[in-house]
Amino acid sequence: MPEQPTPDRDLTAAVSAETDVARLGHSSPPPAHEQTADEDADVADWDRVMVMPEFGALLKAKIAFIVPATLFFTVYYFALPVLVGWFPELMEKRLGPVNVAYVFALSQFFMAWAVAFVYVRKAAKFDDQANAIIAQLDTPKGGQPK
Amino acid sequence: MNFLLAAAANTPAAAPAGFQFTPALGMFLSFVLVTLGITYWSARKSTGASNYFAAGRGITAWQNGLAVAGDYMSAASFLGIAGMIAFKGYDGFMYSVGWLVAYLTVLLVVAEPLRNAGKYTMADVLAYRLSPRPVRAMAALSTLTVSTFYMIAQMVGAGALVKLLLPGVGYEWAVTGVGVLMIVYVVFGGMLATTWVQIIKAILLMSGSLFLSILVLKHFDYSFVKFFEAVGKVPVVVDGAVVHKDFLKPGLIFGLEVTKGWGPIDLISLGLALVFGTAGLPHVLVRFYTVPDAKTARISVVWAMAIIGAFYIMTTFLGFGAATILTPANISVENMSAPLLAKALGGEIFFAFISAVAFATILAVVAGLTISASTSFAHDFYTNVLHHGTERAPGEEVRVARIAAFVVGAVAILLAIKLQTINVAFLVGLAFAVAASANLPVIVLSLFWKRFNTAGAVWGLGVGLVGSIVLIILSPSVMDPSGKGLIHAAPWFPLKNPGIVSIPLGFLAAWIATLMSNDRTSETKFAELTVRANTGLGSEKATSH
Repeated sequence: MPEQPTPDRDLTAAVSAETDVARLGHSSPPPAHEQTADEDADVADWDRVMVMPEFGALLKAKIAFIVPATLFFTVYYFALPVLVGWFPELMEKRLGPVNVAYVFALSQFFMAWAVAFVYVRKAAKFDDQANAIIAQLDTPKGGQPK
Repeated sequence: MNFLLAAAANTPAAAPAGFQFTPALGMFLSFVLVTLGITYWSARKSTGASNYFAAGRGITAWQNGLAVAGDYMSAASFLGIAGMIAFKGYDGFMYSVGWLVAYLTVLLVVAEPLRNAGKYTMADVLAYRLSPRPVRAMAALSTLTVSTFYMIAQMVGAGALVKLLLPGVGYEWAVTGVGVLMIVYVVFGGMLATTWVQIIKAILLMSGSLFLSILVLKHFDYSFVKFFEAVGKVPVVVDGAVVHKDFLKPGLIFGLEVTKGWGPIDLISLGLALVFGTAGLPHVLVRFYTVPDAKTARISVVWAMAIIGAFYIMTTFLGFGAATILTPANISVENMSAPLLAKALGGEIFFAFISAVAFATILAVVAGLTISASTSFAHDFYTNVLHHGTERAPGEEVRVARIAAFVVGAVAILLAIKLQTINVAFLVGLAFAVAASANLPVIVLSLFWKRFNTAGAVWGLGVGLVGSIVLIILSPSVMDPSGKGLIHAAPWFPLKNPGIVSIPLGFLAAWIATLMSNDRTSETKFAELTVRANTGLGSEKATSH
């Protein structure tokens, strides 16, 4: 069914609208074949960034931190139910006023905070690397320098 | 507030029969008034999709951290875990641990790529590389399922709580009241009002818990040694005789003897659902769209972890405090442990405050669930599945979301009233299981596996969703020969938490379906998604106010 113009909306261009050519009845972006060159330009040439050595280094640095960190916290966390479940004698050993089980459960909180703290420091470096890549892309695909 | 309390003290006889104006009601009403004021203020700013769905992406890191904590810490944690520790000791605390550790998955794997590559919902990230309509339809289905299950559990809990905290207010009235408020917050105030309700709730919850913890320590002359000595010999009534139990000793919930050998595996299964499910909970994920960029999203997770961690450590003081000071025999209902402890240590007014905190807790969580469900319906299903990604009129998406929020809220009220007598605690576990088994595998594979395609996403979401639901139905939570569950029969599946089976199922289905399909179109946009997710190039910017 063709779209019916709705009478309650004024479809003419507003004064000082972003463009003097109103898209009659369409508030959404135009289809690909109607886009102007400006609208068609992608934010960046993704494939070009993907093969940049700097981007490869960023991905590598991220993986080198995130994968071991994830493995570490997963093993540390699941050690709790495993130890408590199958090695209760060990966990019931007294440690001052408390026992091993309580200390180990409490240590999980500090472990989580520590991993988060280290990650935030690492991530600041990732941000620098990403910003350096963005700075290199001053010339968007098919457009003038910003 | 004082005049309300004075009114309560002076005019008890004037109140209608069966209805008492208690300090708890007064505090609850003041919370309602403040949040309605915020909703009125937000309503004037919530024009336009990005303002309505994502609070203009202008929430700061600490605000979002508090809001994530407020969105996440439900009454189940506050009253449920405190009660579990009060009655079962150490094993209840083990439950607490997973709720914090889960945020490492959010921090390390999901929050930043999601903020960089998405717009309003989890499905935005999936739609980048994959065929948008089938993937969004499945993602919306999964989101609505998770949110509705979680919401019903919260609302039934709210109704049950009201009976205990506000004598005279009926179950139906309590559920309707909570439901109407959450609808008002979301329909009129959008994400901005929801965010501030969650922030206020988090502040109330933290200050209430902190004060109660300090009162517990004061009771033991601020001596941890004395406190833990008392925890080591809690008087418990067993077969009419009082025995002293060491509440630091593990095993009262998940021990091999009490669970016929399945306890530790069930606990691991629960842990898997928490650690992988939190990063797939739609109402948590949408919070990261409310901040200006990925760096703010990251810092906000750290804020949230500081608050959530501190809260769950305090659950030991609340729970062990109730166990030692009140003793389990003197607590009528497990969930009432924290409020009754507040009454014993801080008097009637502090009891009223803690009760109001419990309500605020429920309201903030259900508002977050409502907005994530309605956003997913409007953005994923209505605009992108039904209308191929174009709004037919300006503001249509927001209008549809407002209607959806109203419908979701109304349905939740009706279901919660219908399910009044049923133990629905397993619905929270189900929500986490679905999030971990359906949502997370697909998010992770979409971000990191180039070959991943539409068939893989649809099957991963479908099998994860259906698998979790079927396993829960066959579990002891639903099939219970003693008649406490929905089905009176012996369970077919031994675990209460399906994660250990359903999460691998979700991943496996996504992997096999990907390889069975020859569709390689998703690979062409892998570079775009990877670059966007890791650099923030082209990400959605904050709107200026």
